[in-house]
Amino acid sequence: MLGRRGTLPFLVGPPLLWLTLAFLLPVVLIGAFSFRPESGPVDIGGPGGFSVAQYGEVLGTPAFLRLLGISVLMAMAIAGLATTLAYPVAYFLAFRAGRRATLFLTLLLIPFAVSYLLRVMAWKLMLGPEGTINSLLAFVGLTDEPLDLLLYSRAAVIVTLVYVWIPFAALPIYAAMQRIERSHLEAAADLGAGPWARFLRVTLPLSLPGALAAFFMVFIPTVGEYVTPTLVGGTEGIMYGNIIQGFFTRSANWPQGSALAMVMLVITLALVVVAVRLIDLRRLAT
Amino acid sequence: MTAPVARRSAVGIGHTRVPLGLVYGAMLILLYLPIVILLVFSFNAGTRLSFPLDGFTLDWYTGVFADGALLESARNSLLVATGSATVATLLGTLVAIAVLRFRFRGRGLLLALAGLPLIVPFVVLAVALFLLFVTLDIPRSLVTVGVAHSVVAIPFATLIVISRMSGLDPALEDAAMDLGADYPSTLRRIVIPLMGPTLLSAWLTCFIVSFDEIALAIFLVGGDPTFPVFLYGRLRFAQQLPVLIAMAVLLMVATVTLTLVAQRLRSRDQP
Repeated sequence: MLGRRGTLPFLVGPPLLWLTLAFLLPVVLIGAFSFRPESGPVDIGGPGGFSVAQYGEVLGTPAFLRLLGISVLMAMAIAGLATTLAYPVAYFLAFRAGRRATLFLTLLLIPFAVSYLLRVMAWKLMLGPEGTINSLLAFVGLTDEPLDLLLYSRAAVIVTLVYVWIPFAALPIYAAMQRIERSHLEAAADLGAGPWARFLRVTLPLSLPGALAAFFMVFIPTVGEYVTPTLVGGTEGIMYGNIIQGFFTRSANWPQGSALAMVMLVITLALVVVAVRLIDLRRLAT
Repeated sequence: MTAPVARRSAVGIGHTRVPLGLVYGAMLILLYLPIVILLVFSFNAGTRLSFPLDGFTLDWYTGVFADGALLESARNSLLVATGSATVATLLGTLVAIAVLRFRFRGRGLLLALAGLPLIVPFVVLAVALFLLFVTLDIPRSLVTVGVAHSVVAIPFATLIVISRMSGLDPALEDAAMDLGADYPSTLRRIVIPLMGPTLLSAWLTCFIVSFDEIALAIFLVGGDPTFPVFLYGRLRFAQQLPVLIAMAVLLMVATVTLTLVAQRLRSRDQP
């Protein structure tokens, strides 16, 4: 006969064990690999040695740092655009859609249920020189030559990823707006605030944590992207994730790849910590 | 005396005049346009994916069922998604119960650990798990992909179960225990049945996360590709695209059906 307290180890044990083995341990392992001295194939059983050379290499290679900066900026642009575009949609669902909100939300989410790779491919089809936009333009007679700058550029990567993430970004914003007490808005109205003043002084501040969550839910998967850039970005549009991938596939230099991955992990975690602080401070202020 | 007049609209007070319905409509058109284009080309007779169209055909759909490797990859994804969703839902539910029903040291840490995979970029987790399996000399296979997918699905399962279970009155469990049930059977006979629809919806969410995942899978598959990995490998061959699109349309119908079922269950379960 197990009491409540006696059950606890059986509840905590399995997830703790699984996440330790399949999540924490591998992350610690790339940390360990990033301090190995080899700059090529690694003899796993052999004597390791400790070296910070990999990090020296990362910090001493302008091409890496430049691509890191570009990737962070691209992910910020993508997350910012997706959040901004999703915001009015979430507002519509939360405040204007009324009884049909669930139906409208479902309609918004259906594209997200379509294979990610396929939605990316749809954009490749649309943007390519033989693609829909170009062939449609030629068919209608607007252009004689295909516009080849549409595909294989950073802009193509940004457009595609914003498209992919908009429905996902709407979710946390919508959830935050649903939690806003309608009585706050009524109180503001009773005190003489017009619709715009109520939006700017009540709805917007209270929905910001949701918007920030949306931003990071897009930023984190985007900053480490390496599949979409190869499909629609070509050599012009590669991101930091592509160099990490390259060190594990083409050049098999795991220590270098691990150091690059650790840098990305640290930057992502630092940004998230900053964001969480921001939200908490906001809560303390109100 | 103006207040009662203003109170007629949906939230009880007036709105700005921004035509948000139009914004929403425009967004839907933008979101569905690429999908409609895929749909059109899955019925187009030519292999060139450009306008004008070459006539109607169902060949690509029949072609799907003649392509053994394609069907095999879909079956592989089905296996991986089923396994990883089951593990993630089970573990996420355990975390949810522990966190909501117990006060213990490290409670916050457990919750943070269960949410942490959400804030690690997939490429980092992919190389990390790749190194783990290489170091432990575990050959890469569908199982290693499944392990990776279970890790990234745990935050979703945990969050979904927590958000619904926090609406479940703990007094129900106290009552069962007062009547002589031990805690595990209280969970089995009271909590799990009450949470049924939520658990299914968490499971479906995890399933979809896994079924669609490619960044981890590319690093961790062995000889048997999952569907996204297979698709990725074949994208280069233009003449095969229509069959792949047809397959994806079929999967889209299946995924949308699953999503709608999940949505229905979630809304029915709303407290």
